Amino acid sequence: MSDDVIGQLLQRLTTSQTQTEAGATLAQAAQGGREPLYNFAFIDEDSKREVRRKLLKGVALPGHLVPFASRDLPIARGWGTGGLQVTLALVEPRDVIKVIDQGDDDSVNAVNLRRLIQKTTGIAFTTDTTRATVLQSRHRIPEERLRADQILVLQVPMADPLRWVEPNIERATEMHAEADYGHMWVYMYESVVRSGDMNIASEYPVIVEKRYMMDTTPIPRYDVGRLHMAEMLTLFGAGREKRVYAVPPYTHIVPLEFEDYPFTTEHDPSKHCDKCGANDTYLTSYFVESPTPEGAGCWTYLCSDTSYCEKRTRVRGQRVTMEAS
Amino acid sequence: MGYVAVKGGTEAVLNAEQLVEYFRVKGESEPISVVQIQEQLRLAVDRAMGEGALYAPELAALALKQSEGDALEASFLLRAYRSTVPRIEYSLPVAGARMRPLRRISATFKDIPEGQLLGPTRDYQLRLLNTLLTHESSASTRAYLAQIEAKITDETKPLVNFPKVIEKMREQGILAEPPEQEKADADADPYDITRKALTFPAPRSARLQVLAQGDVGGMLTFAYSSVRGYGDAHPTLGELRVGHVPVEVAHPVTGEAVEIGEILVTECEMVSRVQSADADESHAQRVARGPEQPKFGLGYGFCFGHSEVKAMSMAIIDRVLSAAKEHGVHGEGGPTANEEFVLLHIDGIEASGFTAHFKLPHYVTFQADISVLERTRAFHAEKFAAVREQGQAKTARTEPEEKGAEHV
Repeated sequence: MSDDVIGQLLQRLTTSQTQTEAGATLAQAAQGGREPLYNFAFIDEDSKREVRRKLLKGVALPGHLVPFASRDLPIARGWGTGGLQVTLALVEPRDVIKVIDQGDDDSVNAVNLRRLIQKTTGIAFTTDTTRATVLQSRHRIPEERLRADQILVLQVPMADPLRWVEPNIERATEMHAEADYGHMWVYMYESVVRSGDMNIASEYPVIVEKRYMMDTTPIPRYDVGRLHMAEMLTLFGAGREKRVYAVPPYTHIVPLEFEDYPFTTEHDPSKHCDKCGANDTYLTSYFVESPTPEGAGCWTYLCSDTSYCEKRTRVRGQRVTMEAS
Repeated sequence: MGYVAVKGGTEAVLNAEQLVEYFRVKGESEPISVVQIQEQLRLAVDRAMGEGALYAPELAALALKQSEGDALEASFLLRAYRSTVPRIEYSLPVAGARMRPLRRISATFKDIPEGQLLGPTRDYQLRLLNTLLTHESSASTRAYLAQIEAKITDETKPLVNFPKVIEKMREQGILAEPPEQEKADADADPYDITRKALTFPAPRSARLQVLAQGDVGGMLTFAYSSVRGYGDAHPTLGELRVGHVPVEVAHPVTGEAVEIGEILVTECEMVSRVQSADADESHAQRVARGPEQPKFGLGYGFCFGHSEVKAMSMAIIDRVLSAAKEHGVHGEGGPTANEEFVLLHIDGIEASGFTAHFKLPHYVTFQADISVLERTRAFHAEKFAAVREQGQAKTARTEPEEKGAEHV
């Protein structure tokens, strides 16, 4: 990288940091000129190229686990280092990034990952799903449909869907190579016998393009169907497990199911978000304390995708104002 | 409204960071200098360098200061920093025989070439708390140093390079040679685990790298379990040495070895008898194996700094894994004989990171869990109701018969 590019980056870094109050605190925290110590997007260029090469292999073999030399990051293993390496390997100065955790832009870990990306790149961030070029997420696919010009990066804890039935990697790799998924089908059958249905809450296994069995990461079942024939490229990064994999646009994603026990999601149209009123989003329950001290409080539902919920709430508010005027 | 709890992530994270700093310095005593840590908490520095897999005593001391002495956290800081350092060159293999030793012992023979050298060890110290240390001052340490230095000038002879004890065993022909494949691997470039994901079966160079940066506590557990009863390792300490070894690289133009510095390391060789004739080996197999005599197999341990427990644990684990591989019995001699199990769980930074990640919010997945739980509960309730109904029907049917029996 030439000196003037570095100069520009450093300039971007300093200007973007002084823009906000939080940024000012960050600049303060980072004083002592630490940033110039690090390459753009932290990881060195050769390592980034390696990640991209492995991602290309993943795109060429949808759903196939590709080993990569996962670098140690200043974020702990298991906290999103795989997704982060994918994002850092892809990011360019003109990108606009969105980072969410549980669908929430302001969740502590999302904030932390964003901080590292900001500290080492100085690029622009957004909470608006439609504006982002790269979206890094843990446990959710944003509600708003992603487009062909967007890349979704999912953080992966376990990587291999066969781990439940075959913890030995050497044997599991052979099973994938031979598309030998009998153990998993037996596991599914047993869960039906024991609990009346597929006893899998998240990390639901799917078959990609009729070939590889893939772990969908701990997204809820509600999100699994939204990977099927999706327009965006989805990249999966498992830092501790040192694997990447990919679902290219318009890929067949079929969740494991039996003819008489079809795949179902958590979606219950009778429940709706207490804030924006949506009954077609993924909801999580919250305890709302009573406004009066003697009241008991109650459980309620809210959209897990906070930025979409806010967007809807704003539109609803405007509509109400328009009707009133 | 109660929505406030899920917001304010940025502020909370920044405040938490400030609080950590506050708790680190709030005692109001003089701040510890990095050089004090480096010189007076040597073993903590060594552990951080070993598990952080970066030989940088000054940075390790800084990491310990920053992490308030937390060994895992300090090595994590070094490990993350290591990612940012370019990998220019692999050093040439370091020959342990060229070590400038501080300490060197063997449990195999009483008389070893150049003799045993106890060196700085706590092994034979009575572990009594030394209350005098609470009154230690720079004047008292200076006086002590002067006393020691006076001794040195009178009695010292310069230390030589000690030949390795296992070389003696090799000469006697009682040490088994490594398998051919391993020798070929050793001649090739090392399998660099920072550049290549670990795949299984792993070559020995990958295994040794993983162990060298492993968590000492975890390694001790594995090694101890295999010698205590969950495995059949019966190791003897071939040699344990601590000292400085020169690090050399090949000159980019001439290819000649150029010394670029030296590092303090602990090196260990454990030997244990190689199971020669397997009980289930057929006569034909035994004949095919030829007239080879039973020998000792070697386990190797090496780590940065002075850490004997780690180097010895590593050597035991290496021996157990080699033996398991040679006999094709993965995991049958206890968990330590299972290469995947050991190598994938021994890294303290990975293990602590993933274990700690359960502190992260799991709202989405837990909600999904609840939905599955509700479904399962409904299924069980239905099943139980059906069973009870059946049971009642059965009782209703059997009752009249019993009454009938009484009449007879």
